[in-house]
Amino acid sequence: MSVDTLDQGRSDSAAPVAPAIELIGVSKSFGPVQANKDISMTVAKGAIHGIVGENGAGKSTLMSILYGFYKADAGEIKINGVKTEITDSHAAIAAGIGMVHQHFMLVEPFTVLENVIMGAEDGPLLRPSLAKARKVLTQLAKEYELDVDPDAIVGDLSVGFQQRVEILKALYREADILILDEPTGVLTPAEADHLFRILENLKAQGKTIVLITHKLREIMAITDTVSVMRRGQMTATVPTAETSPSQLADLMVGRHVLLEVEKGAPNPGEVLLEVKNLSATDFQGVEKLKSISFNLRAGEILGVAGVAGNGQTDLLEILGGISPATAGEVRVKGEPIDLSKKASAALRRERGIGHVPEDRHQRGLVMPFQTWENTAFGYHNKPEFSGPMGLANQKAMLADAKEKIEKFDIRPTSPFLPASSYSGGNQQKIVIAREIENNPDVLLVGQPTRGVDIGAIEFIHKQIIALRDSGKAVLLVSVELEEILALSDRIIVMFDGVIQGERTPENTNEQELGMLMAGMNPEGTS
Amino acid sequence: MELLQLMDSAVRLATPLLLAALAGLYSERSGIFDIGLEGKMLIAAFTAGAFSGIAGMPIAEGGWGWTYGMAWFGLFTAIIASVLLSLIHGFASITLRGNQLISGVAVNFFAAGTTVLIGQEWFRAGGQTPSLRGAQRFEPITLPFADAVSEVPVIGPVYADLISGHNIVVYIAILAVPLTWWILFRTRFGLRLRAVGENPGAVDTAGISVVKQRYAAVVIAGILCGLAGAYLSLGTSAAGFVKDMSAGKGFIALAALIFAKWQPRGVLFAALLFGFLEAIGNKYQSVDIGAFVIPVQFMQALPYILTVVILAGFVGKAIPPKAGGEPYVKER
Repeated sequence: MSVDTLDQGRSDSAAPVAPAIELIGVSKSFGPVQANKDISMTVAKGAIHGIVGENGAGKSTLMSILYGFYKADAGEIKINGVKTEITDSHAAIAAGIGMVHQHFMLVEPFTVLENVIMGAEDGPLLRPSLAKARKVLTQLAKEYELDVDPDAIVGDLSVGFQQRVEILKALYREADILILDEPTGVLTPAEADHLFRILENLKAQGKTIVLITHKLREIMAITDTVSVMRRGQMTATVPTAETSPSQLADLMVGRHVLLEVEKGAPNPGEVLLEVKNLSATDFQGVEKLKSISFNLRAGEILGVAGVAGNGQTDLLEILGGISPATAGEVRVKGEPIDLSKKASAALRRERGIGHVPEDRHQRGLVMPFQTWENTAFGYHNKPEFSGPMGLANQKAMLADAKEKIEKFDIRPTSPFLPASSYSGGNQQKIVIAREIENNPDVLLVGQPTRGVDIGAIEFIHKQIIALRDSGKAVLLVSVELEEILALSDRIIVMFDGVIQGERTPENTNEQELGMLMAGMNPEGTS
Repeated sequence: MELLQLMDSAVRLATPLLLAALAGLYSERSGIFDIGLEGKMLIAAFTAGAFSGIAGMPIAEGGWGWTYGMAWFGLFTAIIASVLLSLIHGFASITLRGNQLISGVAVNFFAAGTTVLIGQEWFRAGGQTPSLRGAQRFEPITLPFADAVSEVPVIGPVYADLISGHNIVVYIAILAVPLTWWILFRTRFGLRLRAVGENPGAVDTAGISVVKQRYAAVVIAGILCGLAGAYLSLGTSAAGFVKDMSAGKGFIALAALIFAKWQPRGVLFAALLFGFLEAIGNKYQSVDIGAFVIPVQFMQALPYILTVVILAGFVGKAIPPKAGGEPYVKER
């Protein structure tokens, strides 16, 4: 954008400027579920506006309506003061709205240029469009710190760069309003900081930004105003300067929540899990783990930090008996465990290793099955669940499920609902209840609070700490640094299949961990 | 000379494979798997044979008594029939979001059944159409100077026998290869077509209709299958439609497509390779290699054996379009 248009923006500010976005009484339901209930919201031009809310609060639905993915049942949308019918994404783009989706909408085998022009080509032939886009991209890169190689294949780029391509796509379509849905979920802290600089630049050029997130820290750091959604309704809109994370959390959940985890000093005992020179190669021959070693003691939580895909998943799957290792040794209570292809999750459970998998839909639960079945899976061969003639003792399983539902506050409380009908938080509680109640010596926990709302996060964190305090060992893998820092007694950081460093939460901070996660080593090897 | 004959025959045998594989290329690049190539080819072959035959039949015998243009009319009806089947497959897999494999199987069974049923009802010849002559068929075209240069060593015979002397559909098929490449990689339409097969969500959020894009691809596949089928009944020595005359060529075309890794140039190479193997099988009915005689059945099975070898991963990892086979549903 040139200097002239900036000046124009200033002279306009004398007269009242129409808000960039104005929603009036927007409602939307999917069958019996009311996702958005009579929502009204104003976003000022040139502001960064945050929208927070728990999962299922209706944030994404609202933004999908704004971007034309769904049609609202009732209500009105005004863009720059003009009533606008947004019937599809095409109309949204025409109204100057761009969206960066949580799951990127990119064509991976295409180059950056091809992704940028798709849908905004100037004519039936590609050549002129590609040449024009190349020029525009160079320009945008200078203006907003949005450097990307225009000829790179998108699938080869890191997520941080892919996200820039998404932003470039929107800017190439001359979007004035940019909606970002959970943009930092997949980024390292350094990448997230870069993104925030880009957003600040965009704001300085007069663009309006709507940021959907569940990370309150980001809201506080970058937004001008923030709206809170709860159960499909907009419960508050406040200037960010006049609020606090704990107030926002309370507004989101509707009751008082503790953001800080309360935990006493650790009391480490004997070594329960001993990992020595563990290596693994995946089926494509890519080395995922490169000779890693660590110990885990009773009464201790060891946090494993790292950007997703740096070997944490492989570590969990090998320890959990899901995939084999290529070399190395793992001992539980001093006895080696089988790391070959013959290992299984069932054998691991017999050895006292419980596992809360990273992906609860794929590995943690059988989604169409009912809760009383899901609370027994993996342990269904236990004598107390076995009836006469090798049949399952359904009565015992049902009684057991009811106990877990009660103890872990799983809602709704019926044991007969399929796992798919629970919220993310309650699904996770089902998995955690099953694993913790079977009294493992070592509990492997992967992304315990991914897609889980704040209220349930608090509960799950308490359970993990209670397990530690009862003298068990916990291996916690999480991409959320806040969570790692809050829960762990020791932290190891993984990068590219090796342990990049070990720290204790008292002696480190997010910046240092972030550098380790990016493969840098702030203080030499540790 | 013998090699030249083999290659000449390979080109003829490769033509229907090439057209059908290109049809599959358009469809699958847009994310719609199409195992109904076979059925579409079959119904096109029948329609072409039947209508070219009826149009050229003397009025006294119940035909229309045309004297020219029958083959072109047959081709036109073949394309219509094939596109109609394509649209049924499209409706089932794009609009109704059904299983694309099942829909494709249905197309194949439908074609196998109807061609025989209608053929018997119309012509009472065991499912065959009347044998075609003259302008009812696509005649070989002699390219300019073919006779003049035929005496020139090497180049002469290659031009006169291998390049010249095929019918129009062969030339269309070969020209379709660079044209397809140009459409896919140099035009807006091609960009969107490839995108919709990789990530329909990206296309939808860019404000383009996924449904229209996929229907367009499926219709193009129908047109190409129509050409392939018409070639079988109007352009080969069969000179008419014979029951089940596609004989698995649609499936071999699919194998060629995978072999080609969904690239136009690769499709040309793969089709010619399969055509060449078939030509060898036809020419050398049984080969005596001294110790024993390779039976004719083995020679004829060669293209199919190669198909198995290729599909078993001999060509390395063939990565199909990512969204292939998946109906597009907007996510919440």
